[in-house]
Order: sequence, then C-alpha cells, then structure tokens
Amino acid sequence: MVGIRRFSPGKLFAYLALAVGSVVMAFPFVWMLLSSFKSLREIFRFSFWPQAWTLANYQEVLLNTQFPRWFMNSLIVAGISTVSVLFFCSLVGYTLTKLRFPGKNFVFLLILSTLMIPTEMLVIPWYVMSTEYGWVNTFWGIAFPGLIPAFGVFLMRQFFQSLPRDLFDAGRVDGVSEFGLYWRVGLPLVGPGLAALAIFNFVGNWNAFLWPLIVAKSPSMRTIPVGVALFSGEAGTAWNLIMASAALAVIPVLIVFFIFQRQIIEGVVLTGVKG
Amino acid sequence: MSSPPVKPKRRLSLSSREAIWAYAFLLVPLAFFLFFRLWPALQSFRLSFFSWHVDPEMRNFVGLQYYREMWAEFVARGPIFQALRNMLFYFVLVVFGQVSLGLISALLLNSVTRFRSIFRAIYFAPYVTPAAAVAWVWGWMYSVNFGIFNKLLADWSDWVTGIGLPWLAIDPQPFLTSPTQALVAVSVVVIWQQLGFQVVIFLAGLQGIPKQFHEAAAIDGANGWHRFWKVTFPLLNPVLVFSLIISTIATLQLFDQVVNINFTDQGGPLGSTLTIALYMYQQAFEKFRIGYAAAVTVLLFAIIMLVTLVQLRLTQREVEY
Repeated sequence: MVGIRRFSPGKLFAYLALAVGSVVMAFPFVWMLLSSFKSLREIFRFSFWPQAWTLANYQEVLLNTQFPRWFMNSLIVAGISTVSVLFFCSLVGYTLTKLRFPGKNFVFLLILSTLMIPTEMLVIPWYVMSTEYGWVNTFWGIAFPGLIPAFGVFLMRQFFQSLPRDLFDAGRVDGVSEFGLYWRVGLPLVGPGLAALAIFNFVGNWNAFLWPLIVAKSPSMRTIPVGVALFSGEAGTAWNLIMASAALAVIPVLIVFFIFQRQIIEGVVLTGVKG
Repeated sequence: MSSPPVKPKRRLSLSSREAIWAYAFLLVPLAFFLFFRLWPALQSFRLSFFSWHVDPEMRNFVGLQYYREMWAEFVARGPIFQALRNMLFYFVLVVFGQVSLGLISALLLNSVTRFRSIFRAIYFAPYVTPAAAVAWVWGWMYSVNFGIFNKLLADWSDWVTGIGLPWLAIDPQPFLTSPTQALVAVSVVVIWQQLGFQVVIFLAGLQGIPKQFHEAAAIDGANGWHRFWKVTFPLLNPVLVFSLIISTIATLQLFDQVVNINFTDQGGPLGSTLTIALYMYQQAFEKFRIGYAAAVTVLLFAIIMLVTLVQLRLTQREVEY
C-alpha cells in the first residue's frame, strides 16, 4: 500500500499480467499488418513473419479499387459533421447553462429523451426521407443524422457548467452582444471540451457503418468501412488483400488515437463517470 | 425586474431579451432534434401499422398484422426467436466478459506506477478502430483451415505429443462455421474491442476512491482480499452500474461485427449469430418488408426502454463516500 517496498512479487505479477494482456490486445493488429505484407501463396503457408515482404497488396487495393475515393468521402463526411457538431453542440451547451429562459428544462429533457431512441429505429424513416428528398448517394445524406449528436450537447454542457455566470454578466454590462458572449467569451474557455468532442466525432464518423451502408448505394459514394466491407466480401479468400484494406481503414484512426490519446481517454472519463 | 425603467427607449426587459436570444440559438438544433430524431421515431411506429408502398397514399392501415406475424414467427422459433435468444446469450457473455476482465485489468493498472499510460492506451486502441474492419481481421484469425488459432492449436498438439503427453492435444476447432461456437467467437471480438472502454471507466472509478479508506482498513488488519470486497467493490458500485448499462446497450445493438465476421452468411451459421439489428436490416433493406422491419425496431425500442428504466432504478441508490 505505502511505497516502502519498491519491489514486490505482487507488483511483478501485475506487470507480467498486463504485459500478457497487452500482447493479446495488440495481436490482431500485428497479425493484420503482417498478413497484409504477405503474398497470397505465403498467406496459405504458415509463417509468422512474411518471408518476402511485399507492398503488392496495398498497391492492388489503392490502385484497382476506389479506396482513395472512399478515403476522401470519409474525410469529407467527418469534416462536414465535425464543423456542425462543434458549433451547434457548444451553442446548445452554452444556451442551456448560461442563458435564462422559460422552458429550459423542457428543452433539456427533449434532447435527453432522444438518447433513448436506438439508431436502428431511425434508419428506416431516414431512408424513406432520403429517397423522397434525393439525399441517397450524397454527402449530405451520409452526414445529416450526425450533425447534432445529443451526447455532444451533454459534453459541452458539462464544460460550460463549470464557467461562472458572472463572467458573462460582466460581458453583458460591457456591451458584448449575446452571440459575442458565446463566441468570444464562452468558446475560448472550453477549448479542451471542443478538442475532445472533435476527436470523438471524427472517430465516430470514420467508423460509422450501418447508416452509410444503407444510404451510400453507389460504389463511388462509399465511406471507408463500407468500402472495405464490400470489397472484402468480393475478395473471397484473398486474405492478403482483405488485410491490406483493413489496415488502410484501421491505421489512420490508430494514428489519430495515439496523437490525441490523453484527450480521448479524458473525454471518455468525463462523459462516462461524471455524466 | 424590480429596477425602474430607466431607459424608456428599450421596449424589452433584459430577461426577455435574453430569452429571445436563447430561443434564436436553439432554433436550428431543436428543429434538428424534432425533424431527424423525434419525428422519424414516431414514423417508425406509424410504418409498423401500415403496408409498405413507395407512394405514401398507397400505404394501407394493417393494424397489428406485423406484430402478429412477429409473434407467430417467435412461437415457431423463427429468426426473430433466434435473434432474441442470441441477444440474451450475447448479453450474458459480453457483459460478464467485459465487466470481469475490465475490472481485473483496471485493478492491475491501478497497482502499477510505470508504463501505466502505455498499457492503458494499448487496451483502449481497439475501441477506436472501425468494427467493420477489425471483424475481418478476426474472421481471418478464426479461419478453419488457414487461421492462426487453429495453427496454434496444431503446433501445441504436435508439441505435447512430442513430449509424450498426447492427451493434452486439442483438435482444430470450427469456430465461425459451427452453430455452437460462432456466437462465442463473435462475443470474444466484441469483448476485445470494448474492453478498453471498461478499463478506462473502472480505472477512473478506482482513482476516485479516497486513499484513507484503504489505509484505515489496512490499519484495522484487513488483507488485500477483504479490502477489495469490503471497500473497493461497494464504492465502485456506481461505476459498475454505468459499465453494465453501456455494455448492455452495446450488445442490444450489435451489427457491424456480426455482419462482417461472416460476410457470406450474415447472422449464420443457421442464424446462430443473428441479432435484432441485423434482422431489421435484412428485412428492411434486402427483403423490403419495411412495415415488418419497423415493427422489429419498435420491439428493440421497447427492450431498450426497459433496460433504461432498470438503469434508473439502480442508479437512484446513491453511494455516499
């Protein structure tokens, strides 16, 4: 308990167990990468390390499929939605904590209640809507359901709640406009919250599967997960190609994760334990 | 409100000015929640009572017909029965696996000082990766003839036979091709992917427990085992409930992993990995039985409501430090 003994068998066991656990957790990624550098012949002959490292699988996926296009699509959709999410979630979070108006609780409960609706229940009406308004196979069609997520509103509400109201009243006395109070006084103070929300939203959009699968019908409009899934479905047993395409989907988001690791994990703790 | 009207020019009081701004700020977001969340949810209810036609004028009211069909299918042990039964199995396996492994890992992480953030990051990494892509990786590892798992089993069997212990040998396993093993295999993938989330939540919970409690218990002569069950575990209760809810909701909505891990026979073999979400998808977007699929989503909604109510009951029992 107290740090008198610097080394104990218990601690050694903990380190060992964690090391084994980490190997298990990381192994699927390692195996994906190793397999993606093997030729088809090697894939079916067991060897742990690739005997002749090859980039042919990546070449094949990048040049002979629309993978670069899917990559761009995912970036565009994630980009559109991140701008919208940052602006609207923070605006609502600010309004719900720093402005006084009748019906505040009602608005809050309304947004809260939408959290209980599973996406599965919404995709059919969304699709009917999309066919009626011509949103199928458009960026707007893929992005619109995620433009203002309720969880983002709650995250931003948490951050704004910690700011003193006096700050905004003082600004009001100084003649700052109501929008200016949000934009120039509030927003700069919730930077960490915005950062966490942006990363969460980017990762969530990058990984989204069910709705893009439904609404992105044409091959050129697919996002990365949908593209990878349908490509892999056609690749049959060409596991080397499937692993290369999986790696191309997984690696960008892993890089984002390892850069912003601290913000992501702190964001999870904040929304989870305190929310 | 009590201040005298010093400036007659201003027609609105400060508080109504503030309220008007608030409504202006909320206009677009509220329209969004009404139009893209609440209205579609009601529309799903509506669609489940109407026969489907592209032209809204041609949709006929059929009452409870789809619900009756669903019931008949359930009684006949059809796909809806399988999906609900599988949901229960997924729930038991995934929730038990995630919560127990998550708690153990968090306790281990909490007991070490060095490399903690590296370990935590490695555990968490699968959580941020696209489930659709990693399911293919696991599908490859589970491959019966060429997968790494059966290769390891074969190597192990060769080795134990070589040292004269052939009874320790294990035959190659069918994994995803077996109706009895496939659901467990998929559950392992789900546990692997979401474990890091649980670890992070538990670790935060453990670090929120004041140190004095452990020290006091240690002074009173409680050993590690007692300290865990009498101090740590009860104080971790709110976190435990939260983690249970999160993993439960996640298992109710399983889709990405199930679709991708067995792409040519989604939900198979023999419907043994089918989930409600996948069944809804197949009915609506492959068979175009929109009304029936809408009824399935209403059922899912009812189940999630039930879980949420249980959650509210559980979390109302506050734990005070």
